[in-house]
Amino acid sequence: MNTVLAKALRWESVLFVLCVLVFAYGATSTGEFTEQGNLSFLLLDYSEVALLAFALVPIILTGEIDLSVASVLGFCSALTGALWDAGMSFETIVPLVILAGVVLGSVNAVLVVRLGLPSLAVTIGTLGLYRGLAYVVLGDRAVTGFPENYRPLATDSAGFLPYAAVVVAVVGLLVALLVHATPAGRSVFAVGLGAGTARFSGIRVGRLKTALYLLSGALAALASLIYTLRYNSARADNANGMELVAVAAVLLGGVSIFGGRGTVAGVALALLAMAGLRNVLFLDDVSNEIQNVITGLLLIASVLVPVVVKPRRTKDVPLETTSVDDGRRPGADPDRGVRRDHQGV
Amino acid sequence: MGAGLALTLIAGCGGTTKGSDAAVGGDDKAGGASANPDAPLKEGLKIALLPKEIDNPYMTVMDKGGTDAVAELKGTGKAVGPSDAQASSQVSYINTLIQQGQDAIVIAANDPNAVAPALKEAMSKDIAVVTLDSDAAKDARQVFVNQASSEEIGRSQVKLIADQIGGSGKIAILSATPNATNQNTWIDFMKDELKKPEYAKIELLPTVYGDDDDQKSFQEAQALLQKNPDLKGIISPTTVGIAAAARYLSSSPYKGKVKLTGLGTPNQMREFVKDGTVTEFALWDPGELGYLAAYAAAALASGQITGAEGEKFKAGKLGDRTIGKDGEVILGPPTTFNTDNIDDYDF
Repeated sequence: MNTVLAKALRWESVLFVLCVLVFAYGATSTGEFTEQGNLSFLLLDYSEVALLAFALVPIILTGEIDLSVASVLGFCSALTGALWDAGMSFETIVPLVILAGVVLGSVNAVLVVRLGLPSLAVTIGTLGLYRGLAYVVLGDRAVTGFPENYRPLATDSAGFLPYAAVVVAVVGLLVALLVHATPAGRSVFAVGLGAGTARFSGIRVGRLKTALYLLSGALAALASLIYTLRYNSARADNANGMELVAVAAVLLGGVSIFGGRGTVAGVALALLAMAGLRNVLFLDDVSNEIQNVITGLLLIASVLVPVVVKPRRTKDVPLETTSVDDGRRPGADPDRGVRRDHQGV
Repeated sequence: MGAGLALTLIAGCGGTTKGSDAAVGGDDKAGGASANPDAPLKEGLKIALLPKEIDNPYMTVMDKGGTDAVAELKGTGKAVGPSDAQASSQVSYINTLIQQGQDAIVIAANDPNAVAPALKEAMSKDIAVVTLDSDAAKDARQVFVNQASSEEIGRSQVKLIADQIGGSGKIAILSATPNATNQNTWIDFMKDELKKPEYAKIELLPTVYGDDDDQKSFQEAQALLQKNPDLKGIISPTTVGIAAAARYLSSSPYKGKVKLTGLGTPNQMREFVKDGTVTEFALWDPGELGYLAAYAAAALASGQITGAEGEKFKAGKLGDRTIGKDGEVILGPPTTFNTDNIDDYDF
């Protein structure tokens, strides 16, 4: 247990150093970087990505995935636009949109948990499905003119700290508490390390995963409200492709794609590093293509470096390699224990 | 009054609804500054061009025209922008340009509303904001440099296709993204033009969208003909769309039979005009568009103009220009390209 903790801390330390480097480089390379307005924009620009990433953390920890998060955001944004345009009050729209996000999350849950389908395939499907439904709801229109009394919540800051970033921080904290400090959180890790073992240990695997997909839908809906208010524009194509940025942040944060390993703190640091890097590169007039190359290389390095640095860690192969893994789900990976070792961070 | 009350009641609980006081933006156009027509154009101005997307050949020519003009004015010009035409992707760039303390931003907006808050912030920091090609919300910029009157563009496209298909049959429009401001305005004028009696025999199919993506546009053109084998003509009012559709038609059995027109660049369309796939298409010079917008930006940043109707400024090789209604400056009528003149142009 100690070695696991030590290792985790070590990856977070690497990320922390990365953050320091990015921000130090930003502060020295351009004077504009440390200005209050820029720092708050830096945080604001990643608020939706951060919410999606926090939604993904517990799901990926269980060894599943939800690639539909950005499409849920798009659908909820379109729904917000359609309802607002129809004259509904914003106070009524907010709970309805959150509910819609939960409903979309429950569709994922039914397909993955009840029918036992692989979550990668399911959520690639719903990624397209929900985006398509967004166009059904709002068509090719763009709705604007959202209330000026709520918009500042998504655009303004207290000092350099945007209100939206406070929301993100609170959500991050709650997810961290859920994952690291509750029995449910321990179950999340147990399921990620081996669903079969977890089930035999009395964990209600299906119920747990269902709850996480519902949570994911709700957080994506929350992100859609911030996105829609921030840009003052509800459209079906909002946040197209954002799921990949969110998944990248989670993986860079040290969460194993096979589940069972990772921390919310790591993901938070990864988000901060990515947001800072993006901002610095913008200020230095680095083109979008090169930015993507840099982010891509960083992600590959994050999974490659630990493998190269520590090729053998047989001591750490956990007990569940000998356990009865559940062969029920096509997505189940009987070699998880071994694979996880190569994944080590 | 009664209707307003009823609406509030229907909306429930007296909450914040569309059109209620809290929902209406109180932003007034930044300004109060007065124009000084005799002010000299400042040297050393930092002017940034923000195209819809950075790798679009049309936008590249436009950026080149803009940075050339900035160079003539002894300023520092640059073009930055996203690699996708999504609504919000320009906002990060606008914020960066504000932080960098540019003197002027020249932008072709992907979404008129999504960029508006950021552009307003730029104006509040005394950065001149000019839109070109595709406008932003009117209160979020000072001057809009329009390629040609939208009405003229829309109606002339219908005339071009009607001539080529002999005035009857099914036609379809292959557009850019569903929210592209300029394409939608032109399409509205096309639809209006088609209501005229001389076009009664032309049937317009629902518009399809290639999202200004080459592959998607190609597939949409292909799908159009699979679904409508009796299609007579396609109008594609976007340079990406028309080039992709031409590439599909040129290698299909429909080559020469299904007519294609729209807005394209001569360099992209040359081979298709020469091989008979395309008879005639139109466009203005995007380089001149960027050039004119950069001059307007410099005039704004130097205090020569404020964007009010009737103000005049000098636009280098393009001569004197006057600002029209709603801060619009018009470049001029589109040029029609065919086998006779296409080799005279290189962009």
